[in-house]
Amino acid sequence: MIEDHSVKSDRPAKMSARNVNVFYGQKQAISGVSIDVDMDNVVAFIGPSGCGKSTFLRTLNRMNDTIAGARVEGQITLDGTDIYNPDMDVVQLRARVGMVFQKPNPFPKSIYENVAYGPRIHGLVDGKADLDAVVEQSLRRAGLWDEVKDRLHESGTALSGGQQQRLCIARAIAVDPEVILMDEPCSALDPIATAKIEELIHELRGRYAIVIVTHNMQQAARVSQHTAFFHLGQLVEYGVTSEIFTNPREVRTKDYITGRYG
Amino acid sequence: MANGTEHTIKAFDDEIVALRGLIAEMGGRAEAAIEQAMQALVRHDLETARRIVAEDQLIDEIEAKVERLAVQIIALRAPLADDLREVVAALKIAGVIERIGDYAKNIARRTPLIGGRHTVEALSVLPSMATLAVDMVRGALDAFAARDWQAAVRVCDDDRRVDDFYNSIFRTLVTFMMENPATIGQAAHLLFVAKNLERVGDHATNVAEMVYYAARGTPMPERERGGDEDSVES
Repeated sequence: MIEDHSVKSDRPAKMSARNVNVFYGQKQAISGVSIDVDMDNVVAFIGPSGCGKSTFLRTLNRMNDTIAGARVEGQITLDGTDIYNPDMDVVQLRARVGMVFQKPNPFPKSIYENVAYGPRIHGLVDGKADLDAVVEQSLRRAGLWDEVKDRLHESGTALSGGQQQRLCIARAIAVDPEVILMDEPCSALDPIATAKIEELIHELRGRYAIVIVTHNMQQAARVSQHTAFFHLGQLVEYGVTSEIFTNPREVRTKDYITGRYG
Repeated sequence: MANGTEHTIKAFDDEIVALRGLIAEMGGRAEAAIEQAMQALVRHDLETARRIVAEDQLIDEIEAKVERLAVQIIALRAPLADDLREVVAALKIAGVIERIGDYAKNIARRTPLIGGRHTVEALSVLPSMATLAVDMVRGALDAFAARDWQAAVRVCDDDRRVDDFYNSIFRTLVTFMMENPATIGQAAHLLFVAKNLERVGDHATNVAEMVYYAARGTPMPERERGGDEDSVES
């Protein structure tokens, strides 16, 4: 009766987490989380503030490494390779697993330079023409090209909030990532800019594995095919989005999504 | 609400309570209308029959209120999970109760046509059939109020008995018509009354199925339904 928009992916999981624990000093922020993320289904992480969803998201490209006292246990793999392996090149990892943040954070440089920066430092392009092509393609994929093609050399910070966020997505896309992590990407945007990002997520699905953290339940319902509900550092329920929002199995999930969380 | 836990936003609870109240009021009126229509028929009470026809409008008005409130809740509260299922169920149940009200009106309208001479044997059985059909409606609405899916399944089981009544009355009336061609008109009206009651039972079953879905999130399994397949004469 409820249409299941999720896809049975025939590709192996892009990223897999097994029994992940995260500590900030003595405090345990994440307990025993196991989850698979594939290329064909957008995954939404939902849960109340402090539930650990952003913390867990950040373990997927080792952003927690930058926080003193943060420690990750368990295993997280990207295409089967442990990303916490000491040999892992973290800079390379973050190119493969890109991130978009809550507040748009373009570099204080031109629109063009914002997008060109990554491919250039990662040595992904050969010459100006190649770089131009990557910049254009990234901006097109981010749904921003038509709005900025005539002013590529204006500052990225002069764009509207929604345009800045799409610029950040273009910047993440430019280094040809496999996974895009989004941490409340629309919370600072108006409804129209939000709708554009959501449409963009829809278009990017399949090309990249996408994980989005959101406080907006309707947004999770709209953009994702799989939803994970976190509470007190645990993964309470992970399932098909249409099921989670119409008939969740766990009482804690139901109480949260129906606004009974007390 | 369902599990006794309140929403953080209290106004949401108030609206759900109001929605349930409207369904209960509407259901109560529809039950009473069927019961009284049957009494009016048996007693040839034209005044009561007229009143039932006129008061059907009240049921229609409550249905419109349910629609407005349900749409408002969906638009403003964006209900999810059991809340969503309950609001959708309420919206659909209101439509079904409105139909039950129409059947009561239909029965009441036949009262003057059937006349005062009750020689037809079927008329002695119709009130029992009406009582059973009304009990089903009441049971389905009680199940809705209590979110009791097991009670909803029991309501569906009773539909078979209403169908049995109908089949029995059908045979009786057909026989009666063959033996008394002069009363065919009257008997035909009674046959329609029986058919209306049979439909009330089906609608109570529909309500029960919605209650089951609202409570459990899955459709009622086929084997637990009363089933319409028995009313071959329908």
